[in-house]
Amino acid sequence: MTLFFVSAISIATVLLYGCVGEIITEKAGHLNLGIPGIMCMGTAGGCLGVSLYMGGLSSPTEASWILLVLISLLFSMVFAAALGGIYAVLTVTLRCNQNITGLAITVFGGGATNFIMSFVDRTYFDPAGKLLSSSLPFADSLGGFGRVVFGHGIFVYISIALAVICAVLLNKTRVGLHLRAVGESPATADAAGINVIMYKYAAIISGSAIAGIGGFYYIMDYIKGSWENAATIEAFGWLAIALVIFVLWKPNIGILGALLFGACYIVAFVIPNITPTQREIIKMLPYVVTIVVLVLTSIRKKREHQPPASLGLPYFREDR
Amino acid sequence: MKKQTVIELRGITKRFGTKVVANKNVSIDVKKGEILSILGENGCGKTTLMNMLAGIYYPDEGTILIRGEEASIRSPKDAFRYNIGMIHQHFKLIDVFTAAENIVLGADGNDKYDIKLAKNRISAMSEKYGFHIELDKKVHEMSVSEKQTVEIVKALYRGADVLILDEPTAVLTPQEIDRLFEVLRAMREDGKSVIIITHKLNEVMAISDRVTVLRKGEHVKTVNTTETNEKELADMMVGQKVVLNIDRPLPENPEIRLDVEGLSLMGSEGNMVLDDVSFSANSGEILGIAGIAGSGQRELLESIAGLHHLQKGSVTYYNPKKDKPITFYHKSFERVMELANEGMLRYSDGRDFTGKDENGKMLSKKSIRAQVEAGEIFFKEDEVINLREKTPLQIRELGVRFSFVPEDRLGMGLVGNMDIIDNMMLRSYRRGKSFFVDRKAPENLANEVIESLQVVTPSTHTPVRRLSGGNVQKVLVGREIAAGPRVLMAAYPVRGLDINSSYTIYNLLTEQKKNGVAVIFVGEDLDVLLALCDRILVVAGGKVMGTLDARMAKKEEIGLMMTGAVRGEEEKQEGGSL
Repeated sequence: MTLFFVSAISIATVLLYGCVGEIITEKAGHLNLGIPGIMCMGTAGGCLGVSLYMGGLSSPTEASWILLVLISLLFSMVFAAALGGIYAVLTVTLRCNQNITGLAITVFGGGATNFIMSFVDRTYFDPAGKLLSSSLPFADSLGGFGRVVFGHGIFVYISIALAVICAVLLNKTRVGLHLRAVGESPATADAAGINVIMYKYAAIISGSAIAGIGGFYYIMDYIKGSWENAATIEAFGWLAIALVIFVLWKPNIGILGALLFGACYIVAFVIPNITPTQREIIKMLPYVVTIVVLVLTSIRKKREHQPPASLGLPYFREDR
Repeated sequence: MKKQTVIELRGITKRFGTKVVANKNVSIDVKKGEILSILGENGCGKTTLMNMLAGIYYPDEGTILIRGEEASIRSPKDAFRYNIGMIHQHFKLIDVFTAAENIVLGADGNDKYDIKLAKNRISAMSEKYGFHIELDKKVHEMSVSEKQTVEIVKALYRGADVLILDEPTAVLTPQEIDRLFEVLRAMREDGKSVIIITHKLNEVMAISDRVTVLRKGEHVKTVNTTETNEKELADMMVGQKVVLNIDRPLPENPEIRLDVEGLSLMGSEGNMVLDDVSFSANSGEILGIAGIAGSGQRELLESIAGLHHLQKGSVTYYNPKKDKPITFYHKSFERVMELANEGMLRYSDGRDFTGKDENGKMLSKKSIRAQVEAGEIFFKEDEVINLREKTPLQIRELGVRFSFVPEDRLGMGLVGNMDIIDNMMLRSYRRGKSFFVDRKAPENLANEVIESLQVVTPSTHTPVRRLSGGNVQKVLVGREIAAGPRVLMAAYPVRGLDINSSYTIYNLLTEQKKNGVAVIFVGEDLDVLLALCDRILVVAGGKVMGTLDARMAKKEEIGLMMTGAVRGEEEKQEGGSL
């Protein structure tokens, strides 16, 4: 049972990074379907950072925890942000179709990640993974409860902190008010003197950077540095986008939603004696729930539960 | 006491593209503590001119002086820096935000973000000018008037000294208009300058200190309201009559073709877009519809064409079928029986056709079909068809021959990315029983239209989007006329066309009229309406102001009616209309 919760929280963390990143992006009016690719890219960047750092040391045991965390965070965020930047240039400045651009970014990100991972030195992934997923020191002394709540690597807590910060930022600050205005009606925001282009770029790039951490966390923490290909992370990316709809664009609800999605995903692996068919059906639950949420919100038509009004639409001031 | 000048526009010119001149060498000034009306017909450049003060557009020529200093207003943000706030016709508010959130949006960037403090400031301001505003109400729950209040407060909150309102009364009830005017007067007392863009003469007289009249992008005159009257303003607005050389034969044997009775349509904002509209259109006659743009002309034509769900009223079509055989063309067996039950049908020898034989026994479906196909059954009278609550397709299936040239050519009339042949097919794709469409007939039609109307196009396979406005219109009008209509409705068919293309269209309409078609022509140029039409229906704010004989009517008279200032006298018309 403990293992179930621990695993569910791990999957939830991956999704939460993707979800928070996508919420920030969508609040600026951009539906970034490139998130799966961007999460892959974050993985590649983080892994590259790890191998560069660990490779520079005489022995992996010398690695400092804090340096490893910072370096891998920095690398995964920069790589993911770079890919997000490409998406931003294409959709904000060149006003390309967001859906097509996003899909292209996803395909490109997956491929680029497989390419980068093919030459990254993976010998240090195992020790780095162990170090990064090391739990808080007092976790084990608190029994099962302690292991579930405190027994995770730092990245789990960073994701929750980011979700909370994001929620506060969006709803309680001027920056959040302006960002939401940009996503609802860029023309209005522009007329109010808000720098629409700047907000869009900032939201897309920072959202991408946050989403990128999710992929890296999955590889380093959850599966402890083993690597096959980008497909699994991409799958989480799609799930994260579904999660955004499920939690109605609210990052704080995102924490709970991610837990539910994580549990749905992992329950298929912990139920004993089920056939592969049944397992795949259970793994579909999050998508089914998302469709149900879409149906319910469109029936109720509550204006607050709708996506940002200008989501997916390009903005050009001189359009009339 | 001489009032201080706040804004001075000097020689402002604004062009869109190479052809369209929206404003030409306009010079006006705005004084502190006054209400200035900018008056003019639609398309005269009122809004464009003001948008240059609000930072939406930048003038091509001329200078703007604000408090004596030259100003360069390149964005709405710049406008706010000069304390200019504009309330656009389409409100720039965010639906899911509360009133307070909308008001503080983008304002006071440096202080701490404190919505409570902001609310106190807003409340104090509301009290000063007499606003009624609920700060925590979400915009999507508000009425139009409440939204407008939020917009005004938003501008004031940012310290606007000059407030520009674009057609502020267009969607308000009379009570709301009174309240708005109270607020505007309070602002004037406070030393603020208010500019109202409008085309309603009575409001100009009621609220403003001075009036600036624009016509076709040019500044006609600025006068003090106390020294003028509605008649004089209307004259300035519409200008001198220009004589156009359009051939206008007298209608021959006009017969009623279309009768609209008490038509009412609710708009999306809950206001009445059409209010109890009644008129009739006759064959062999051009009925002009005059009115300020957006007075319901578009909705009226769309309602007749079956595109709206009507609140009230009837649309009746008189099909000139008297003594003509009934056919199954576009009509179902059920329709034949319906007509038979109404007593509308007879045999060639004069006996009634009721669908029964001499003994009162129902005829079989097969024998009725045989009789119809043999041309033995005739209409006794003209067929009367009720078009209300019918879709465009049903209307067509009833054998009603409507042609519609909509205002929005590439939106409703043609598909921009398809070529001329494909666009011709939009009217005929249902013909024929084959699985594959017949492309030969539309191709011939396309070539015919290109030749007869001199459409300039590389080939019949060029997407219509790539043709010039005039040629697009020729393709559309050509297709609609080729359908052999009995009623031809055209909304602004010459908008954006050069003089030669315009005349081509006028002549086409006149030709249709000679062929006995009932033509309904919605126009904006009064000179054209007066020269082309036989009768002119004047609408204002969704209401019919009157019908005039186009051969006798005065331009100023129509101008005054269009602004809703006066109703026309009882119908003055000639010919045999009902």
